[in-house]
Amino acid sequence: METVTIGKALNLGLRRALEDDPKVILMGEDIGRLGGVFRITDGLQKDFGDDRVIDTPLAESGIVGTAVGLCLRGYRPVLEIQFDGFVYPAYDQIVSQVAKMHYRSRGLPIVIRIPFGGGIGAVEHHSESPEAYFSHTAGLKVVVCANPNDAYWMIQQAIASDDPIIFFEPKRRYWEKGPVDTDAEPYPLHAARVARPGTDATVVAYGPMVRTALDAATAAAEEGRELEVIDLRSISPLDMAPVYESVRKTGRLVVVHEAPSNVGVGAEIAARVTEQCFYSLEAPVLRVCGFNVPYPAARVEEDFLPDLDRVLDAVDRSFGW
Amino acid sequence: MPDAVALYRTIRLIRRFEERAIELVRSGDIVGGVHPYLGQEAIATGVCAALRPDDVITSTHRGHGHVLAKGADPARMMAELAGRVTGLNRGRGGSMHAADFSLGILGANAIVGAAGAIACGAAWAGMLAGSDRVAVTFFGDGAVNQGVLLEAMNLAALRRLPVLFVCENNGYATTMPTAGAVAGTITGRAAAFGIPASTVDGMDVSVVLDAAREAVERARAGAGPTMLECLTYRFDAHHTFEHRVRLRYRDDADVAAGRSRDPMQIQGARLDPDERTRIDVAVETVLDEAVRFALASDHPDPAGALDHLYASGLRARPGVA
Ligand SMILES: Cc1ncc(C[n+]2csc(CCOP(=O)(O)OP(=O)(O)O)c2C)c(N)n1
Ligand SMILES: [Mg+2]
Repeated sequence: METVTIGKALNLGLRRALEDDPKVILMGEDIGRLGGVFRITDGLQKDFGDDRVIDTPLAESGIVGTAVGLCLRGYRPVLEIQFDGFVYPAYDQIVSQVAKMHYRSRGLPIVIRIPFGGGIGAVEHHSESPEAYFSHTAGLKVVVCANPNDAYWMIQQAIASDDPIIFFEPKRRYWEKGPVDTDAEPYPLHAARVARPGTDATVVAYGPMVRTALDAATAAAEEGRELEVIDLRSISPLDMAPVYESVRKTGRLVVVHEAPSNVGVGAEIAARVTEQCFYSLEAPVLRVCGFNVPYPAARVEEDFLPDLDRVLDAVDRSFGW
Repeated sequence: MPDAVALYRTIRLIRRFEERAIELVRSGDIVGGVHPYLGQEAIATGVCAALRPDDVITSTHRGHGHVLAKGADPARMMAELAGRVTGLNRGRGGSMHAADFSLGILGANAIVGAAGAIACGAAWAGMLAGSDRVAVTFFGDGAVNQGVLLEAMNLAALRRLPVLFVCENNGYATTMPTAGAVAGTITGRAAAFGIPASTVDGMDVSVVLDAAREAVERARAGAGPTMLECLTYRFDAHHTFEHRVRLRYRDDADVAAGRSRDPMQIQGARLDPDERTRIDVAVETVLDEAVRFALASDHPDPAGALDHLYASGLRARPGVA
């Protein structure tokens, strides 16, 4: 058991994937010599060579398209998109090529890593949460890690998967430390997990908002309310069984994500819970999300991002229903 | 290397395949229409004749010629167009997505320009694997203004990838004349990346073959990519919908001039007339069988539409929970 940051855990996971399978290659802007702007690939080019850890031109569409061809000839490319907001030039390739290939021909074992979300005081295009765009697209799988152990294992599981995976990394949590068990049997990739058990209300979150939800649960406990926090981990496919089970127990659900609420992941969860747990619900499913505007300037981002107070406020509203 | 007879046979096969496919569009057996390759047969034929079976190609929305010239079974190709389960992609790809990876046909592609990057990736994979396999990407004059194609050329030049960029300049992108859309020249785009480029007569298969051979040799020798701009003319509609909706974007003189040189007649004239007749009869037999096979094959079970979305076997969610 080691204690490392999420960033380091990803680095260790990538290293192990490179060691385990010679067909794994890493591609992206500045990932080699620099080790990536967030240093997630630090040292990997030095150890595995510039044929396997490749600094590409600044051309996201070309990078993803090239990776499709590499996949079709037996490689397992792992791509880094430098920041969430730069995936859009590649959106066409991802949606039109990557997502549709298996349905009519054969699968693409491609992983597209995207550091996402806000909270680091960055400029526009560097703090977005585009997971719903990809989750909406059949043929893609979308996962989000929230702690070092998951970061270490989920990146390896994603690389080993024969399906294309959009792998979201909570960039503002890159520096948070936690234990990594490199020997334990990993938890399944596309499964949600109870991050903190509770009995009074359910809070569902993923990625950077898991920490926020856990902090809210700690605060709520001081006031005598036990929140059950579920880390979704996989956005597509969604693993709803633990959510249904929890809601049938608590009768109350708050969904938290940084992305705007409009037609987002929270709406899908609310709809499914309404379909499956209607008679268990004591209150409507409530959402705590980013506002439905472009990601705002850094100086006001704290007002935009869901935080502990907004989560607790939603829990109060659920109880006050 | 193929002789004059084999070249003629392939041109004839594509010509008659397209004419038979158009009949099936008219009869309603092919739904959604096709982009006929009529008039451009010498390009696919000449370029693919310069390739080995283990070389790979990417194709376009006007892709039947490339797929056939690279060796796809005409019967399974026709079944694919007709959407039958015996098709190259079990009827899931159709005209614009036919692929046969076992023959190095990485797929027709409905997104104009997108396949250039895919070919780069395939070429790169060959290079990494230490083989001397070559990748060809076919595209139209309309694609030369797509960013991703320029990204692909940059990457190919930078990495000296064994790629042939084959532009089929048929004078129009749908209704847009090349001169109205292309600033500078097509070969000039290649020159900007230091990629050798030449403009050749795309109506004479022996000219295309010679140029392609030279480019393939260069690529195999590790000297990097080449661009060929093949001047040609589309004899028929942009898409068969034009057979019903007459669009007036080419005047009669333009069409007459364009059709005055026919790749099938040019190559046919090089054959002994008896031999030519013998080939014509043999091709017709192949196509009679292809049409019979296609129309006798089963339609896919609509319930199967939720299958084959993921390599892992995960089924699509139906629209209702
Ligand atoms: C990205 C994209 N934009 C638009 C289209 C619609 N479209 C299909 S074919 C075509 C014209 C292509 O012209 P060209 O590349 O010259 O090929 P040609 O049809 O002449 O063979 C267009 C605009 C498309 N398929 N993909
Ligand atoms: Mg054209």
